[in-house]
This record gives sequence, structure tokens and C-alpha cells, in this order.
Amino acid sequence: MIVDLQRFIANERSYWAELEKQLDHLESDPEAKMSLQQLQRFHQLYERTAAGLARINTFSSEPETKRYLENLVSRAYGEIHETRDRQRKFYPLEWVLQTLPQTFRRHIGAFYLAVAITVAGCLFGGGAIALDPDSKPVLMPFSALMQDPAKRVAEEEKAQGDPLHGMKSTFSAQLMTNNIKVAILTLALGVSWGFGTILILFYNGINLGAVAVDYIRAGETKFLLGWLMPHGVIEIPAILIAGQAGFMLAMAIIGRGNRLTLQTRMRAIAPDVVTLIFGVALLLVWAGFVEAFLSQYHEPIIPYDVKIAFGCVELTLLFLFLSKSGRRNEDRQEMGK
Amino acid sequence: MKTSTLVIRTPEGIVFAQSLAGPVTRFLAWFIDLLVILVILIVLEISFSLLGIVAGGFAIALGIVGWFVIWVGYGIFFEWSWRGQTIGKKLFRLRVVDVEGMRLQFNQIVVRNLLRFVDTLPLFYFAGGVACWLSPRCQRLGDLAANTVVVRSPRVFEPDLDQLLAGKFNSLRQFPHLVARLRQNASPVEAGIALQTLLRRDEFEPVARVEIFNDLAAHFRAKVEFPPEATDGLADEQYLRNVVDVLYRTRGERETLKR
Repeated sequence: MIVDLQRFIANERSYWAELEKQLDHLESDPEAKMSLQQLQRFHQLYERTAAGLARINTFSSEPETKRYLENLVSRAYGEIHETRDRQRKFYPLEWVLQTLPQTFRRHIGAFYLAVAITVAGCLFGGGAIALDPDSKPVLMPFSALMQDPAKRVAEEEKAQGDPLHGMKSTFSAQLMTNNIKVAILTLALGVSWGFGTILILFYNGINLGAVAVDYIRAGETKFLLGWLMPHGVIEIPAILIAGQAGFMLAMAIIGRGNRLTLQTRMRAIAPDVVTLIFGVALLLVWAGFVEAFLSQYHEPIIPYDVKIAFGCVELTLLFLFLSKSGRRNEDRQEMGK
Repeated sequence: MKTSTLVIRTPEGIVFAQSLAGPVTRFLAWFIDLLVILVILIVLEISFSLLGIVAGGFAIALGIVGWFVIWVGYGIFFEWSWRGQTIGKKLFRLRVVDVEGMRLQFNQIVVRNLLRFVDTLPLFYFAGGVACWLSPRCQRLGDLAANTVVVRSPRVFEPDLDQLLAGKFNSLRQFPHLVARLRQNASPVEAGIALQTLLRRDEFEPVARVEIFNDLAAHFRAKVEFPPEATDGLADEQYLRNVVDVLYRTRGERETLKR
């Protein structure tokens, strides 16, 4: 029996070495492509090695060779049986103009859910401030907002010089990183069947509603719009998109009405979740710049009308981008189907 | 049911297994990664402090962004570049692999690393640790979402077959009648033990290796006594190699293998 094993090993080792060499090459170069002949040879070597593993499994006394063959077969198996798209070269412009908005539209239901929860939070926060102004300490996101809005506006408008002199870039970096952290957490908490994502969105909504109603009641609506709109029209949708990604994750985990396995469902949504979160990061980088370099400057330095107009232009562009960009390509793909 | 191996059955009916890494090994690998990240951050801090002398607030801003990018991107960068390994995982011979044995994709790596934010909640990977403990494949939440597992990835070399197929001069073969007697006296079990000892020689501690070869050589010497000219100067291990060679291969087979 063992004499057979020796002969078997002597006969097969050259094929194993050849397969190992091909695997090393494929693994070291993700862009590597094989010709039809090379593919046929690779498949032949894989099948031969797999058959060898099946034979050697009958020799309980040959653990080292078995381990070696298992390693080869598992590596080759991953290369041969992978049916998902092979990683293509990344084209940033195509990704921004097509992949990102198309992905957003494909899961628009999850986005509407995120919007609905945030609006519910806004109504709750705004209603709480309107009905019980003493609840301000609980509802405001940070202590700077505790003061009377009219008093704050007066102070901001009286301020001489640049309040963020020499600190704008630092402030901007802090805003970006902090907001991206919140966005990632909003997405990641989707694994809690969406409860964590709901909590973050609802809490954000409460803060936003409370601040808005507080300033509107004090008659500072214009200041509020000029202060929040330039960065808010990007930052708020970005967090909502993070929530959308979180809900996609949650829906895949819950799998209601879907007969696919959890693994298959997660596999199907993972690329889209990653696309959305990278898109969110881009939006938040922009929002961070705008907040530090524009939003914090008020009249008389920058007129509120200019800031509001800037916010309106941004919002329109964002709306057009998310709703229209990559449509033509999408239509062509659907016709192809 | 909790298992320590990831068993994959291919459509060809071949089954292969990979050992899953436990929470403790994974925690240690993460700890090493944490130390590496801290070192990188300290270097970054010093570099940007120096740059701050010239560039002021801009350098501090770059430092903040750099800190964040390294904290979030370390795992993604290394697991993508090193096919499922970070520095810590490399040291502990661990590797992130697809749960179905497929090629690991970039989006899987991103998802498992972003979900670290939840796995670390509330402190020190508590959520991830509990998930890992409860999951049959020892997956933290990030692994569950990304369809990945962490396996042990021991260095696998082609077996040293030259130990088996020596093809060297064998002094025992000069005495064919004694070789024939040895074949007659040695049972298949004894022959098997001698062969396995040679195949696994590198797995023994040096002292244990000397002892086991000494015992086995003495055992086979007692079976058939070869004249001194055949055994003089032969170490116990070489003696055993010659014994295995004559037990398992006839002269004809030897010539075939040589060719």
C-alpha cells in the first residue's frame, strides 16, 4: 500500500508544483489574466490535484502531504469557482458619476425609511421644544446651543475679525472625521437588525428639530438657514445615506420575504453598502470644508442671502446628481437585459 | 454547533478543511496590530508636529485626517494587500478567508473592517468577542456581515519527499541474504513506524529525535545483525533510513525511481 503511495507521490509532485507556481502568480497579481489554453491547463491541474487529495485522504498516515494538497486545492478552488465579478480596474470618475448614484437609486426604499425616521425625530424634537422649552438641556446636541438664539445671533453679528483665524483647516478636519465616524457607526449598527441605525437617525432628527424650532421661535429663521444650509444640505443627506446603507444591512440580516440564505443575501448587498459608505465619506469631506470655511461666517462678513443661495444650489446639484447621474447607462443596461 | 474547522466540499466531491482561529489568538493578533497602529500614529504625530512649525494649522489638520485614515484604513489596506492578513495576523499565522473558500473581495474586507466600530462596543471588543464566542465559526459581527472567517494559515511546504526517495548508496544492500532476512523478520507495523518516524523527523524536538532514532535503530539491529563493514560509521538515523529503503523498495523499483 505504502509502496503505491511512494509511486503516487513521485508521479504527481511535478503537477502539484506546477499548480502551486500558477497559484502564486495569480495571487501576486490581481490583474493577471490567462489565455484559454492556460485556463484549461489550470483546471486540469486543479482536478488532478483534487483527485490526488481524495486518494491521499485514504492514507491516514500521510498528514503532511494531505495538508499540502488541501492548501493547494483550497487556493485553486477559490480561483476556479468564484462566480462574482472579478475586481476590475477602478475608474474614479465612472464610480462617482455612475456607480454611486445608480446604487443609491437601486435602494431608494431604504433611503426613504431613513428620511422618515429622521423626520419623525425632527417632529419629536421640535414639538418637545415648542411645548416644553425647559427641555432644552436634554434636546440640544451641544452646550453652545443652550443660550438664547437672539443673543447668540447678536454676538455673532457683532464679532470683529475672523473668529476661526488659523483654525479653519483644523476645525474642518475635526468635522470631517467626526461626521464620518458617525456615518460609519450609523451603517455598522445595521447589524443590530437596524435598531442602532434607527436610534442614531431618530436622535439626529431630535437634535435638528429642537435647534430649528428654537431658532424659528426666536425669530432667527434667516440666521438659522444661513448657518445650517451651506453644509447641512450635504451633511444631512450624507447621514441619511449612511442610514440607508445600515438599513440595507439590516434588511439582509432579517431577510423577510427572501428565501435566499443569510450568506447569499449578505454577499448580494455588500458591494452596494461599500459604494454608499465611500460616497458618504466624499460628501462629508465636502461638508466639512464648507462648514469650516463658510457656514461659521455670518453677516456682515457674508450676507445670509448668499449663504442660503449657496445652500440651495448645492441641494439642487445633489438632487440632480443622485436622481439623474448615470441614468443613460442604467437605461442601456436594462434594455440589454 | 461550535466547530474548530471550516469544511468545504467542492462540486467535485473533494472535501478540505481549514482550522478556524479562536478568540484568544485573534485578540492577540489584534493587540499586535494595535501596537503597530500606535507606533505609526506616534511617528505621524512627530512628523506633523515638525511640519506644523512651517505649515501651522494645516499640518495639524493633516495630522487629524491622517490619524483617522490610519485608524480606519490599517486593516483594510493590509488585508487587501496581503490577501487577508495584517501584521498581527501574519505573526500569528492567521488569515481572513471567504466563508465558502472563494477569493476574498475588496468589499468584504471593507465591510468587516467598518463593522469593527460595532464589534468594539462598548469596550475592548466586547460585542465582537461575544459574537465570536457564540458563532459556530467564531465570527465576530463584521465577519458575519462580510461572509468571512479567520483561519489558521500554517506555512505549508511541499513535503520533503527526498527523505523517502533517497536514492543514495545503501551499505545494507551489499548483503542481500541479510536484507531478505530483515524483510522476513520485520512486521508491516514495525516498518510503518520506521517510515513515519523518518517522515516526521522535523516535528520532533532534537533530544527526542535522537532518542527515538536510537531506540528504533537498536530494535532493527536486534532483528538482523549486519556485519560491521555495513554499519560502521552509520548514525542511528541513517541506519534507519537504510532499513526503510530495503524494506520498502526492491532493487528494481529503486532503479526505476532513479531514472
